[in-house]
Amino acid sequence: MLRRRAELLGQLRTFFADRGFLEVETPVLSADTVVDVHLDPFEVHDGDAVFYLQTSPEFGMKRLLASVADDNDRDADAPTAIYQVSRVFRRDERGPLHNPEFTMVEWYRVGDNLAAGMSLLGELAATLLPFGPAERVSYADAFAEHAGVDAHRASVAALRNTAERRGINVSAGLGDDRDAWLDLLLVELVAPHLGAECPTILFDYPASQAALAVTRDSDPSVAERFELYVRGIELANGYHELTDADELRRRNHENNAKRAALGKPPLPEMSRLLDAMEAGLPPCCGCALGFDRLLMLAIGARSIDEVIALPFDRA
Amino acid sequence: MATYSTSELKKGLKIQLDGDPYLLVECNFVKPGKGQAMYKCRLKNLIKGTTIDRTWKSGESVEAADVTEIESQFLYRQGENFVFMDTQSYEQYELTPDQVGDAWKYLQDAMICNMVLYNNNPITVTTPNHVVLKIEYCEPAARGNTATGLTKPVKVETGAEILCPAFVEMGELIRVDTRTGEYIERVKE
Repeated sequence: MLRRRAELLGQLRTFFADRGFLEVETPVLSADTVVDVHLDPFEVHDGDAVFYLQTSPEFGMKRLLASVADDNDRDADAPTAIYQVSRVFRRDERGPLHNPEFTMVEWYRVGDNLAAGMSLLGELAATLLPFGPAERVSYADAFAEHAGVDAHRASVAALRNTAERRGINVSAGLGDDRDAWLDLLLVELVAPHLGAECPTILFDYPASQAALAVTRDSDPSVAERFELYVRGIELANGYHELTDADELRRRNHENNAKRAALGKPPLPEMSRLLDAMEAGLPPCCGCALGFDRLLMLAIGARSIDEVIALPFDRA
Repeated sequence: MATYSTSELKKGLKIQLDGDPYLLVECNFVKPGKGQAMYKCRLKNLIKGTTIDRTWKSGESVEAADVTEIESQFLYRQGENFVFMDTQSYEQYELTPDQVGDAWKYLQDAMICNMVLYNNNPITVTTPNHVVLKIEYCEPAARGNTATGLTKPVKVETGAEILCPAFVEMGELIRVDTRTGEYIERVKE
């Protein structure tokens, strides 16, 4: 396994080098962190100061791209396509597909729109996995086909009915959280079919799950977000990136309100990324891929513990 | 009432659900990258023996089953049934083959087992994870055949059949994992 892991990492670096991407490194420990409802970072305390182990290298990498756009600081050789192989950390995530510390491959290319971002991800899947070229299915089409619901318009009651009708026995805890019901149907009914024949890119997520993606001008109910599924396993998550600092500020605030409602501590809404976005983040696409899961699929492992030399419980 | 948080859920836990005690036989953490974390579990009803699936949202609390676990000693068979004794109170319990389940395959005289009581009635009994059993009957070992992967059914002292490597012989002692029913190794007397 160790040998196969090293080989795959080499193939991945070649893939990006062949396409003119520059490998970069950004801090793993930072005062800033992604403000997401369902991502809980490990905190590191240094006296009174709080730092976060990064849940993805997103903030640091976007700051590198923003510095390229800054006219005063423009460097003729500044890279417009970057990637990073980074160790990331997420609390309370442990299971056959989860280890709280894992390896993420993240990349950005300036000028890419949603279509370009998806084709690059498709090329990567076709190059590094033995399952052929990738297909694309919209979130709405996948839900219509496998769950029989309109993912963008169905009410919470309709989503709950679908779950009950399909024999999913769920505790009362999901309440009226529409996105949680969508997540449940995704996990139970939709995802198991995705990537069965070939790698599948799921795209056009509901705007309520935009995370850091832009919503579409012509249809604000849709976020330009995409994910790669192979053999039912979620492998990568990409965005046509949000570049509007005010909108990020608004989403951070909303996410902290949702965290508070779940009894979770707030995360810092102000960040150096916001400053960089004020200065100007160029339009781009970005994508993050779970390297451990990529290796699982490449060698046919059933548990993430088979591809990590020293999993969390024995770390 | 005792409760567990979802992050404590793991195989073997006993929880109370819709009025019945259940054993957690499978528990999987699932989470879309940016989405709600959930625990997809399979549970066995400890009274009816039926199996159900249930999904909990991460962060919920789950009621612990209202059961007591005691140490009990296997005494003897009474017709179809099995008689055990509470090692603390010396109270005796008679269990039906249904209540004993697969444990009969490993029960030896005076063996100390874990017994689960619900409203003071025994519902299950669990043998130690590893037991040593004597081979009562098996086909002779093929001479010189020590290749791995070749197996044969072997009848042990309790009357149960265990799948063993082809090289074991009649009268030998073997160690068995009672959770999987699998042969582990030969044991010297």
